[in-house]
Amino acid sequence: MGFIDEWKKRNESRIKETKFTLSLFRHSLLSMIGLGLIIFIILVALFAPYLAKEHPTYVRLLNPEGKYVTEERWDIHFGDKLLPPSREHYFGTDDYGHDIFSMIVYGARLSIKIGLLVVISATIIGVILGAIAGYFGGYLDEFIMRITDIFLSIPGLILAMAFAAALGRSIEHVMYALIIVWWPTYTRLIRGQILKTREETYVEAARSLGTPDSKIIFKHILPNTFAPVFVQMTMDLGNVVLNAAGLSFIGLGANPGTAEWGLMISMGRVYIFQAWWYVFFPGLAIVLFVLGFNLLGDGLRDVLDPKLRR
Amino acid sequence: MKLRDYIIRRLILLIPILLGVTLLTFTVSHIIPADVARVFAGGEKANPETIARIRAEMHLDDPLYKQYYYYLNDLIHGNLGKSYSENRPVVDAIKQYFPATAELTVLAMLLAIPIGIITGIISAVRRNQWIDHVTRLIAITGVSIPIFWLALMLQIAFAYKYPILPLDSRLGIDVMAPKHITGLYIFDSLVTGNFAALKSSIYHLILPAFTLGYASLGIILRITRSSMLEIVRSDYIRTARAKGLKERTVIYKHALRNALIPTLTVSGLIFAGLLGGAVLTETIFNWPGMGRFAVNAVNNLDFSSVMGFTVIMAIIMVTANLIVDILYSVLDPRIRLGE
Amino acid sequence: MEDLLKVRGLKTYFYTYEGVVKALEGINLDIYKGESLGLVGETGCGKSVTALSIMRLIQWPPGKIIDGEIHFNGKDLLKISEEEMRKIRGAEISMIFQEPMSSLNPVFTIGSQIMEAITLHQNVNKKEAEEKAIEMLNLVRMPDPEKVMNQYPHELSGGMQQRAMIAMALSCRPSLLIADEPTTALDVTVQAQILDVIQRVNKELDSSMLLITHDLGVVAQICDRVAVMYAGYIVEIGTVKQIFKNPQHPYTKGLMNAIPKIHVKTKRLEVIRGVVPNLITPPSGCRFHPRCDHAMDVCKKKVPPVTKVEEGHYVACFLHGGAK
Repeated sequence: MGFIDEWKKRNESRIKETKFTLSLFRHSLLSMIGLGLIIFIILVALFAPYLAKEHPTYVRLLNPEGKYVTEERWDIHFGDKLLPPSREHYFGTDDYGHDIFSMIVYGARLSIKIGLLVVISATIIGVILGAIAGYFGGYLDEFIMRITDIFLSIPGLILAMAFAAALGRSIEHVMYALIIVWWPTYTRLIRGQILKTREETYVEAARSLGTPDSKIIFKHILPNTFAPVFVQMTMDLGNVVLNAAGLSFIGLGANPGTAEWGLMISMGRVYIFQAWWYVFFPGLAIVLFVLGFNLLGDGLRDVLDPKLRR
Repeated sequence: MKLRDYIIRRLILLIPILLGVTLLTFTVSHIIPADVARVFAGGEKANPETIARIRAEMHLDDPLYKQYYYYLNDLIHGNLGKSYSENRPVVDAIKQYFPATAELTVLAMLLAIPIGIITGIISAVRRNQWIDHVTRLIAITGVSIPIFWLALMLQIAFAYKYPILPLDSRLGIDVMAPKHITGLYIFDSLVTGNFAALKSSIYHLILPAFTLGYASLGIILRITRSSMLEIVRSDYIRTARAKGLKERTVIYKHALRNALIPTLTVSGLIFAGLLGGAVLTETIFNWPGMGRFAVNAVNNLDFSSVMGFTVIMAIIMVTANLIVDILYSVLDPRIRLGE
Repeated sequence: MEDLLKVRGLKTYFYTYEGVVKALEGINLDIYKGESLGLVGETGCGKSVTALSIMRLIQWPPGKIIDGEIHFNGKDLLKISEEEMRKIRGAEISMIFQEPMSSLNPVFTIGSQIMEAITLHQNVNKKEAEEKAIEMLNLVRMPDPEKVMNQYPHELSGGMQQRAMIAMALSCRPSLLIADEPTTALDVTVQAQILDVIQRVNKELDSSMLLITHDLGVVAQICDRVAVMYAGYIVEIGTVKQIFKNPQHPYTKGLMNAIPKIHVKTKRLEVIRGVVPNLITPPSGCRFHPRCDHAMDVCKKKVPPVTKVEEGHYVACFLHGGAK
C-alpha cells in the first residue's frame, strides 16, 4: 500500500467534500464564465510578448527625488497616429501611433500585478491585526477596531486619492494608497470570523489541552476563516483594479506613456469624438477583468457558503 | 432608550472618529515629500523670503504636535486652510461647490434606490426566468464597469452620435442660472418659476446622474434580490398568503418591508461609493462640484484643498451612517436602540 | 353527517433537482361540519403538503397539484380562479402553523397583522377591526390584549405568539381551521394550554378542524376522527374510538405500540423498523411493504384498495381486503 493510498484513505471525507464543492461550482454557468474570463486574461498576460505587435522597453531613470525608477517606454510612430481598428492594428492606434492592442495586452500584466499585490498585502495586514483583535479581545481589540472605523469613515476612493496625491504620481503610490483603503475591510472580516470560531468546541478543547495561543490561531482558527476571506479576495482583485484605473484616470497613477488601462482612457478622452477606439478598448479590458473576478467571487460565495450550498 | 438619547450618544461617539480622521488627514499632509512651502510659493524659482513667510504662515517650523493643535483649532473654527489653486479659503470653495455635488448625488440615489429595489424584487420573484438573468447581468456589470468609462461611452452615444442630451456642465450656455437660494438648480428654478433653467438643468443632470447611480443600482439590486429570495420562502410569507392577501400585497408589503433591512445595511457603503464616484463623474461631465474641485486640486498639488475636501467627505459619511442607523431602528423593531 | 370538505384523488408532486417527489398519491379525505379530524403520520409523509394543497398554497416551482378534486361547500377549489380562492383563504379556511415565531411577520405589530385579516375579508372600518381584533385576543385568553395589539412578535413568548396566530386565523370565523402541528414547537406546559384554546374556540365558533400532528395523544384528546397517513397515502381512517381500539393497518398498529402506556409495564417501547421511504423512488405496490412484518408478494406488486372495516372505518391493506 502506497503513501498516496494511505493519504487518500485518511482524507476520504475531505476529498468527497471537495469533489462535491467542485461539482456544485461546475453547475453554475456564471461562475464558469467568470473563471473563463480570468483564465483568458492570465493567458493573455503570460503570452503578451507573443501576442503583441509592439513591445515596450524599460529604462532605469533617476527621478527628481533622487530615486531610481524603472520607466516603460513605447516607440512613437507619429505617422500612424489615431488610426482606426484594422487588420494591422486590431484596436487602432493612439495619438503617439502606439498599437492599442499591444498596450492592452501588456496592460493585463500590470493590472494583475496591482490587484494581487494590493489584495495580498491587505490580507496579510488583516490577518495579523484581525487575529490579534479577535483572539485577544479587550482594549487591544477596541483600539484596532476604532482605527478601522476611522479609515472606513472616509469613502474609499477619496481616501486613496488623498494618500496617492500626497505621495506623488506613481503606480507604486497608487498601490500603497489602495492597501491603506483595503486593510480595514480584511481586519474586520477576519476578526469577525475569529470571534465566531474561537467559541467553537474544538478550539475550547485545544485550549484546555494547553495548546499555545499562536498554535491555536494558526492551526485551528485561521484555516476555518479561509472561505469568506478567499471570496472577498477574489471580488477585491477586480475592485482594486477598478479603483486603480480611477486613480490613474484622474492623473495619480502611472506616468504618461505607460500601458495602464485607466491611464489610456484618460489620455484618449481628448479624442473621444475622433477616435472612439482609443477609450473604448482599454475600458472594455477593465470591464472584462473586473467582471471576471466578480462573477467568480459571486459563484464561490454561493458554493462555499454552507447556508446556501444545499 | 429614547431616540433623542440615542442620537445624542451617537453624536458623542462621533467625536473620537472625527478626531481620528483629522489626525489621519494631518498625517497624510505631512508625508508629502515635496517642500510644500516651495510649491505654494511658486516652485523652483521662488523667492526664499516668500518661502520663509509661507512656512511661518503654515506653522511648518513648529513641532508636529503644535502643528496638529493649530490644524484642529482651525478646523473647529471652520477654517480648512487656504486653497492655493483657487486663491481663497478652502471652505469658501467647498461652500460654492457643495450644492452641485449634493444635487447630483441625491438624484443618483433617487434613481438607484427605487429602481434597484423594484428590479431586485422582480428578479427574485421571477427567479431563473430570462428577466432574472437580464437584471442580474445588468447588476453585475454595474459593479464591474469603470464609472469614467461608462460616462465617456454615454457621451459618445447620447451627446455626439445621437445628440439628444447635453455633453457636460450644469446648464446650457444660453440659460441663466436660477436665483441662488439653495444652490440646487432644480429646487431653485422650481421655486423661482424659472422653467427654462429647470428644463435645462434636468437635461444636464440625466447623463451624470445615471452614470453615478448605475453602480449603486447594481449593489442594491443584488442585495434586494438575495434577501427577497430568502424572504419569499419564509413562514410569515406563507402566513400572509394563507390570510388571503393578494400576491402583490404579500410581496410589496410583507416581503418588501423585511427586504429593505439588509438593503439599508449596505446603504452606508452605497453612499461612500456615490461620493467616490462623484469625483470621477464630475470630472468627466465638467460638473462644478466638490469632486471636480478636488481633482483640480490634486493636479495642481494643492494639498490643503485635497485634505479639506477629505475631511468634509468624512463628516458627510459619518452623518450619513448615523442617519442610516436611526432609520434602521425605525425599520426593524427587533433592533433595540443602543444595543 | 354533512360534508364540509371532500378531497378526492389529490396528487401533489414536487419537481426537484434530484427528481420528482411524489408527495401525495391520490388522497381521499372527508371532513364533516363541526368535527375535528386528526391527520397523523411520521415527518415527511405528506401531512403538511395535504394541508397546503387544500389551501392551494403549494408553490410552483417546485410543487404542483397535478390531479384531484377538493370540494368545499360544494365548490371545487381546484377549479375556481385564484381570485375566488383568495377570498376563501383566511375567511372560510384558515391555517395556523408549527413555528409561531417565524410565522408572524417580524416588522408589523400583532394588532396590525390581525386587523389586516379582518379588514381584508369583512366590510369594517379600522375602529371596528381593532375592536374585533381585541375581542379575538380575549377569546384566545391573551393576557393584556390592548398592550399586545401594539407589540411586535419578538416581544411575546412562544405560547402568546401562537395565541396571536390562532386569534388571527379565527378572526373571520372560518368554517374550517387547518392546524399544522400547532404545538410542536412549544414547551410541554404551554402545549396543553394552546390545545385547550384551539379546542374551546373552535367549538365556540362552531368550525371544523383539520389537526395535523404526529402525536397520537393529542389526537385522542381533541379529535373526533383520525386519518393515518403513510408516504403520500391515507392508509387508515376512522373514528378515534375505532382506530385506537381496533387498528387494522400494520402501520397504525406500529404507531399505537410506539406510544408509552402508563398502566402497562413494558420493557421497552416497540418501534417501527426502517425509515420513511424516499418519495422520489418510492417502494412499489404498498409503500409500507419494506417495513411491514406481514408483507406478502402481492404487497410489492399492487397498491392495496381501500376496504371497509365497519361503518366509518376504512383501511388500505391486503391483509384486510384479501382476508374477506
